[in-house]
Amino acid sequence: MNSRLSVARWGIYCFLLGAALFFLLPAYVMLVTSLKSMDEIRLGHLFALPAELTIEPWRSAWSSACTGLNCEGIRGGFWNSVGIVIPSTVVPILLGALNGYALSFWRPRGSQALFAVLMAGAFIPAQVMMYPLIQILAVLGIFGSLAGIVLVHTIFSMPVMTLLFRNYYLSIPTELFHAARIDGGGFLRIFFELVLPMSVPIVTVAAIMQITGVWNDYILGLVFAGREHLPMTVQLNNIINTTTGTRLYNVNMAATILTSLVPLAVYFASGRWFVRGITAGALKG
Amino acid sequence: MTAPRSWWKVRPGQLSASVALLPLAMIVLVAYAGTVLWSLRVSLTDARTFPSDVYVGLAQYERLFHNERWLLSLNNLALYGLLFIGLCMVVGLLLAVFIDQKVRGEGLLRTVFLYPYAMSFVATGLVWQWLLNPELGLQNAVQTLGFDGVQIDWIVDQDKVMYTIVLATVWQASGFVMALLLAGLRSIDAQIWNAARIDGIPTWQVYVFIVLPMLGESIATVFVLLLTATVKLFDAVVSMTQGGPGNASEVPAKFIMDHLFGRANLALASAGSVVLLLSFLALVAPLFYARSRYQKRVGHP
Repeated sequence: MNSRLSVARWGIYCFLLGAALFFLLPAYVMLVTSLKSMDEIRLGHLFALPAELTIEPWRSAWSSACTGLNCEGIRGGFWNSVGIVIPSTVVPILLGALNGYALSFWRPRGSQALFAVLMAGAFIPAQVMMYPLIQILAVLGIFGSLAGIVLVHTIFSMPVMTLLFRNYYLSIPTELFHAARIDGGGFLRIFFELVLPMSVPIVTVAAIMQITGVWNDYILGLVFAGREHLPMTVQLNNIINTTTGTRLYNVNMAATILTSLVPLAVYFASGRWFVRGITAGALKG
Repeated sequence: MTAPRSWWKVRPGQLSASVALLPLAMIVLVAYAGTVLWSLRVSLTDARTFPSDVYVGLAQYERLFHNERWLLSLNNLALYGLLFIGLCMVVGLLLAVFIDQKVRGEGLLRTVFLYPYAMSFVATGLVWQWLLNPELGLQNAVQTLGFDGVQIDWIVDQDKVMYTIVLATVWQASGFVMALLLAGLRSIDAQIWNAARIDGIPTWQVYVFIVLPMLGESIATVFVLLLTATVKLFDAVVSMTQGGPGNASEVPAKFIMDHLFGRANLALASAGSVVLLLSFLALVAPLFYARSRYQKRVGHP
């Protein structure tokens, strides 16, 4: 019995280690490729460590790789993404918190029906909304601008942000809220002085979700951001897939790593909070 | 009997709450409901580059289902969805169950399995495009090891290219399934395990006959989320194959985008997007219905 048990343990560890190798392999290949010269890459030893370490591909990816005639690397895209992510995190979180607060503590007439429709909206494919949204933004005069892409991110994140805060507030005892009401607190005063200070954990979760989600977005940035604000993901794809001439795989992999650094840093720094976001956000399913 | 009181006199904050929900109401009415109705309307017209007021009935839908590229894209999506959802479920469940066996280094393993999920589909597609490169990628590496017969040129093979997209996105998303199912496993009462141990039931039987059915709700949630991701499939295809070779990895979301922008066929694209929405609803509606009936039966809120 005991030996059979340890055989089972062996099986478990073998499976888990094999799986870990499969998951790590692309990251390893990406990293070593980005540190090799093109001459070395052409030899075809995909898994070999670099014979001669070079960081030139990284420098080139950051500041001189070409998309069409434009050879300024991916740094512009990096700053564009930073510029999009900050307001697209702050605005949806504030709105989501306000919505969740109104939906859980105040429940004005019709608000629950509104919430139900919003949740159904979470499942509408972006393509259905794409062209009408362009028209609306054009009428508002913000199509292809920073304000436009921030508004679009706000719209698409509204279901999950509202859900996150509503559920969090529903788990808070209402006695606190009623006491504040009796003390004469108004809608906004209770929000800013009582509810928001209690919201630090859920704001953290929401911020992690928004930063990674908006940073990793491709399709919305491609359509709505306009040429001046193209996010890093779009520029990355342009650098790699629209090049004419020889493909510089080392530069491509360096650019891919650079583009993934921010969400990966958020992931490694946040640990269990990232997982909390996954489980809390999944409740809509 | 008290006299009927106006609601704003009863709860003075209600008015503020209603005002605070106005942005949400605008988003729901205009950005969600409004755009869906707008797309539905456009799909019934003859719009090309610009919206049009000439209604043509269901003619666009007829054209759509005579369009070979669209039919191919639906076919591809069905194949992709089946494999992607199936594999993510199996891999995610196995990882979750094995990690739940009180293994050493659990935290490290979970970190390794979940990190691809923090990466974008664009980056995912680009990494795998390089790994599967027929000249210098995995194929070459395996062949230089002495396995000359091994062919991993799927990414340039019209019949196999969809499998490469499945592979890349399963790598990206199965850690997410693991995280959700592991949370489900951990919420199962330890008493069940104790009872099973006392009765001498083998571990695998406990998993198959007791734990798996208890995970039903988590699995349904994962299914819906993976289905949502399937319908959205676009970034990974664009970055990995651009729909090629030829049109072999065309998917509906890309078909719609191409007809909206490149080919200026607004009405046809709108018809496609409505079909996409309706097929998705047809797949999840029975699930939601079954779940709400189940929850009523067991007395869930």
